[in-house]
Amino acid sequence: MRHYIIAGVLVIVLAVATYAGLMAVKLMPVQASAQAVPIDNLWNFELAIISFLFALIIVPLVYSLFVFRRRKGDTSDGEHIEGNNTLEITWTVIPLIIVLILAYMGTYTLGDVLAVDPSAMEVNVTASQWSWRFVYPQGFTATELHLVVNRQVVLNMQSTDVIHSFWVPQFRIKQDVLPGRITNYRITPTLIGTYTAMCAQLCGLKHSYMTAPVVVSSQADYDAWIQGQVAVAAVAAQTPVGRGQQLVTQNGCTSCHSIDGSSTGIAPTWKGLYQSQVKLSIGATVTADEAYLTESILSPSAKIVAGFQDNIMPKTFGTNLTQAQISDILAYIESLK
Amino acid sequence: MKKFFTSALIRGLLWQAIGWLVGVLFVTGIRVLMGLNPFVTNAYFFTEPAWVFGALVGAISYVASTGAMSDWFKWAKGEEVPEHREDPPGWEKYLNVSLDHKVIGVQYTVTALFLLCVGGLFALIFRTELAHSGLQFLTLQEYNTFMSLHGIVMIIGILIGVAGLMNYLAPMLIGAQDMAFPRLNAFSFWVAPPAVVLLLTTLVFGGFDTGWTGYPPLSERAPLGMQMFFLGVAVAGWASILGGLNLIATVLRMRAKGMTAFRMPIFIWAAIATSLISTTATQLIGLSFQMVMFQRLFGMGFFDSDKGGNPILFQHLFWFYSHPAVYVFVLPGLGIISELIPVFVRKPLFGYRFVAMSSLGIALVGFLVWAHHMFVSGMNPYLRIPFMFSTLLVAVPTGVKFFSWIATIWKGKIEMPTPMLFVVGGIVVFLLGGLSGPPNATVATDLHLQNTYWIVGHFHDTMFGGYIFPFFAALYYWFPKVTARKLNETLGKIHFWLMTPSFLVLTLLMMRVGLLGMRRRVADYDPALGFDTYHLIMTIAAYLIAFSVLIFLINLFISIRRGEKATGNVWNSRSPEWQVPSPMPVHNYDYPFEVVGEPYDYGLPGSVYVKFEDEKSKSH
Repeated sequence: MRHYIIAGVLVIVLAVATYAGLMAVKLMPVQASAQAVPIDNLWNFELAIISFLFALIIVPLVYSLFVFRRRKGDTSDGEHIEGNNTLEITWTVIPLIIVLILAYMGTYTLGDVLAVDPSAMEVNVTASQWSWRFVYPQGFTATELHLVVNRQVVLNMQSTDVIHSFWVPQFRIKQDVLPGRITNYRITPTLIGTYTAMCAQLCGLKHSYMTAPVVVSSQADYDAWIQGQVAVAAVAAQTPVGRGQQLVTQNGCTSCHSIDGSSTGIAPTWKGLYQSQVKLSIGATVTADEAYLTESILSPSAKIVAGFQDNIMPKTFGTNLTQAQISDILAYIESLK
Repeated sequence: MKKFFTSALIRGLLWQAIGWLVGVLFVTGIRVLMGLNPFVTNAYFFTEPAWVFGALVGAISYVASTGAMSDWFKWAKGEEVPEHREDPPGWEKYLNVSLDHKVIGVQYTVTALFLLCVGGLFALIFRTELAHSGLQFLTLQEYNTFMSLHGIVMIIGILIGVAGLMNYLAPMLIGAQDMAFPRLNAFSFWVAPPAVVLLLTTLVFGGFDTGWTGYPPLSERAPLGMQMFFLGVAVAGWASILGGLNLIATVLRMRAKGMTAFRMPIFIWAAIATSLISTTATQLIGLSFQMVMFQRLFGMGFFDSDKGGNPILFQHLFWFYSHPAVYVFVLPGLGIISELIPVFVRKPLFGYRFVAMSSLGIALVGFLVWAHHMFVSGMNPYLRIPFMFSTLLVAVPTGVKFFSWIATIWKGKIEMPTPMLFVVGGIVVFLLGGLSGPPNATVATDLHLQNTYWIVGHFHDTMFGGYIFPFFAALYYWFPKVTARKLNETLGKIHFWLMTPSFLVLTLLMMRVGLLGMRRRVADYDPALGFDTYHLIMTIAAYLIAFSVLIFLINLFISIRRGEKATGNVWNSRSPEWQVPSPMPVHNYDYPFEVVGEPYDYGLPGSVYVKFEDEKSKSH
């Protein structure tokens, strides 16, 4: 009886200490969305259960190892106890009830997380290897996601190539982004600040670097930013170079092709590319004139630049871009002296 | 040395290379005749279909050249073959085809140790890269390839280790002379080496950057190495399916007299549960990989949305095996824990029937939970609810095991030699893995946890606690049975006390950074996240684990020649294999035994588990 009382007290002490310890260490990042609140509540409840079960197993185990250790010279066996059906049924039924409660709470929390605000703002998101692009209702494309604090937004996300996943740790939610299908990400930011959206599904070489800034601001700051972007887009649309620059942003080209001469190791830089001599993987050298650049956009595998791999650049630009758009992009590349 | 180079293992490698070349030339020849482009301009020269077909021919050539199939060919021709084939004495039998389940068990186990070391080295390479933010010495493609190979090599290593334990132990524990189908048993082992070769050749074919999950469309675009990965897994899968089938047949048909279902050693229950999964689910991973392979080779559109396919379908097929697969890994491990505890606490296994049934329970519920890997995948959002319920249900039979172990240990007379240390370590580590599971099962919290380092920590705790620790326990425990010598206790204790704390630090920090925003499978992380110190500590911990395993290997090499002689019942166990001198005779027991008592009746005076026939005739 003495053993059971001591172990029982130790279980309670260790359970409380474990839970208090886990609470004292800040385990989760800052809570920055309305959806994070029910998720963190469920998480904390689970930590309490985990702490209790941890103590319930560890205490009798460690206690036994010290107290019931075989004494020197003792060669006898332990007590012959084969089992106890009441106990076995107890520790089958009680955990069953606990997991059913957990599943029930999990279901309800999921309901809270998915709650729809009909007035939610909409932003279309395109994911490509390895960039995020955000298309705003005003029609322009940016590589930053700007949100209004306390206003729900639904992201309609689609991938142009492989599976990606949109995750902002401070929002607590992630959602895969698929080719050929739209998935939704619904969030209500509650804390003004700048966060990072990251791709959470392995998507190839530069997966680690597939991130985008997420700026949560007041309605006034948001409106000002939108107006600024609209004005910039209007100016850019008037020249081939400006239009080309926008197309390059919209299609994610610069996540691999640098425009400042730096090397990404994935694709050749565009700075000074036009009319330069390009060494190819097959050994030949060509001049980067308009014909070469057009061919490289439409069928990227036709000529591979020495030192780079095939099968990285999408082969879909022939169908996704018009002839006029390609000319604009060429004008932009030519402007990068 | 000559015997080494003419052994089936080495001969097979040569034939695999020849077969591969023949296959490549065959397809290239057909392409020439059909007027297709026979060569490509990149570094691989031959076309992808040629390489893939060649790889398949090479793998078959390996198995055929070892002689693992020659008896079947002879049967097909109507020739007689001897029922038993005698092995030569000495070490050569381990490098050649043997029909003895104990030799095959050792072959499997040594292959598993080799693979676990290779997989561990891959982990050390990319763990070193992660010690600091920024890219140090690996390219992105190299990082992704090592990370992916670490996953699959470890998984195949564990599968082969599971086969090793089951092969060596099952016939001995149930009193059979051998497995039910010795030739099938040999064949199952000999498909593993060419599969390993295929997996390792991914390194020279540009690697693959998809992780071991190989999700399309990414795997559709990956380098040629991807195809070698698919083929390697498919070939290794044969071993698992056939091995499971063989084990079920053996246990159903070849138990000793009197060994009723609830008088079997508890490990046999675990082996049956595992084999039920591996014979029925492994096909699905083979199928899903084959479909991507065909998508690449023939342009079929199974998972290509442009052609009406669905990338999520792949994930369903893949996880239908790959979730139950983790129970293939841990059930035998948990079986080892249940098997060893009674020996070292000198008490009966508490609630034998419940522990036995919990293995089957885990195996069966395990078939219904696969989609919990896909809570953020974009599958039907409402389907997540039933999968949350089924996933949490797994906790119930797992809990039964924990409680029964604790009740067995409670008030026992506990001894702590090295095998028992690893058993206790396994319980603690598996407890951490188990307790970090429910938050992944409840969908809402999983939206945050999915695909982070939290999952990596959780998974490594379940694998180490559920398999690696018990595997080491089993190696220390049954080593005397194989070699008639004991492994060195001091080195064993150093191994344990170096590995366990390092491992706990490693996985707890993995969970910590995961919660704070560290994604899994990234080659680099933003220094602004502040994870540099954590990662440095994790890398040091990983090196300490590697060092402890090195000590184990040294122990193995020393003890096999100079270890303390141990031919008797080293651990004072009731199990039949310890009632006869070590090493085990060729066809196991010289006299058959009859089961006359319960397997774990420690503390019941005068009771025995098995009686050998010659003893009975003496007493009459």
